Amino acid sequence: MLYDIWTVFWRDWVVLKRRMTKFILSRMVAPMLYLVAFGWGLGRSIQVGSGTYLDFLVPGILALNSMNISFNSITPVHAERIYHKSLEEYILAPIWPDAFVIGKVLAAVLRSLLSSAIIVILALAFGAHFIMTPLFLLVLVLNCIIFAEIGFIAAMKIRTYEEMSQVNTYILLPMSFLCGTFFSTQALPDFLRYIIELLPLTHTSYLLRGIGSGSEIALASVLVLAAYAVLGFAIGSRSFRRLTR
Amino acid sequence: MIQIENLVKKFPHKTKMGKNSEKTAVDNLSLSVKAGEIFGLLGPNGAGKTTTIRLLTMQTQPTSGSIQYRGLELSKHAQELKSIIGVVPQHVNFDQDLTVRENLELHARLHHMKQAERQQRIEELLSYVELAEVVNDGVRRLSGGMKRRLLIARALLHRPRILFMDEPTVALDPQVRRRIWQLIRQMARDGVTVFLTTHYIEEAESLCNRVAILNKGKLVAMDTPQNFCEKLGRYTVEWDDSDGREYEFFAEKQAAAAFAGRQEGDGSILIRPTNLEDAFIELTGRREGI
Repeated sequence: MLYDIWTVFWRDWVVLKRRMTKFILSRMVAPMLYLVAFGWGLGRSIQVGSGTYLDFLVPGILALNSMNISFNSITPVHAERIYHKSLEEYILAPIWPDAFVIGKVLAAVLRSLLSSAIIVILALAFGAHFIMTPLFLLVLVLNCIIFAEIGFIAAMKIRTYEEMSQVNTYILLPMSFLCGTFFSTQALPDFLRYIIELLPLTHTSYLLRGIGSGSEIALASVLVLAAYAVLGFAIGSRSFRRLTR
Repeated sequence: MIQIENLVKKFPHKTKMGKNSEKTAVDNLSLSVKAGEIFGLLGPNGAGKTTTIRLLTMQTQPTSGSIQYRGLELSKHAQELKSIIGVVPQHVNFDQDLTVRENLELHARLHHMKQAERQQRIEELLSYVELAEVVNDGVRRLSGGMKRRLLIARALLHRPRILFMDEPTVALDPQVRRRIWQLIRQMARDGVTVFLTTHYIEEAESLCNRVAILNKGKLVAMDTPQNFCEKLGRYTVEWDDSDGREYEFFAEKQAAAAFAGRQEGDGSILIRPTNLEDAFIELTGRREGI
């Protein structure tokens, strides 16, 4: 079972290793723009509760970036299923089906953590201040897992490439902006705020910002993330098994 | 080796009227294949050949019926039986981001082969299908014939006892096709049971010990290629008529010659041995697929 997970992960690692330089360079672009535009540019004229806007911003960028990278790292599975049909190799092999789900999710988590590390380094270079604890890392990993699973489920369910990019437009993009990444959810009207506060990314932003600034956090949010991760795995595993119906 | 009983597969389908209904792709199929046999499944387009292979290789679940390999029920011993079957799909399904070696290595790892065995087996099979030169190339760079040969090498990597091949030589040069036939015969001599689908009649005729003809999901007939021809009549007379080409089959040479002699001769009359294609067309209907 562990060996099967390793096999699935190994495949993604071989591909990532070959493109490592390109991967790292391309992952620097978006965070750099956020830091320059919102940190240096807009940020100078924005006042937040404590510290600078840059300090406020960095956990939000980490949250939204890890969401995007883990989701997008797993979308090639869609092409493997629909166009290249290379998923058949895994279906025909005598492996435990969940090993495929776990292996793919772990590979997406790895990519996402690498890109998070790049952001941390850039943010420190820009002069941001935040504290990283083991819990900070755990929250980040949970966030990666959740969105990798969502990407996986989309890759199993969706028929065309066009619809796949619509997931980005309708789900990820609004979340990037609204889930406490660039501003606190307190600023939203109540009705909208209740909906937004149900979403996993809101909890991630809240937790990362709280832990990062050294203030008290509600552990219930960690449980919410864990619940999303478990649910995502259950649906992902089921949708992979249903491919052979 | 393979025992199929009352196999049925239905798909959801929308009728002309737009109502939801079901389409039967495989209709009550029963057959058995002996160890070391080369068994061919023939049928016109859409007869249910690929669906049958997908059922036999656990890529889709049957609606009802049973499949057994070595007396073990497929639905109960799926993982165990997956390691004794090899599959050559109709389409090329390599991992496009990996090289030739990496594709084979992925397959070997998925079949739990140890490192030393993996390396040795990959070398062995690449030279078997004469692809050792391209081992480090990306699979996108291979020609059509090379891809087909690599598909076969990959399917054989974990030493399967049953090999399923869906249209193994579709769209290939005659030279490559002959090479692949040789490979298949060699495998059968080594004791591998080969189950293949094809719509090249001459492929079934030259390769298969037994042939089943499938039409609209139903098994129409099953026999050796020779018996099919004998049953229809060993001699065929064909000639041009006002409705197009006509055929008549005879058991005896003399009868065929006498019949040919009575036809209006305009140079189009031909007496020849009956082949599997004649049997195929007689059994699946002349106007099918037109």
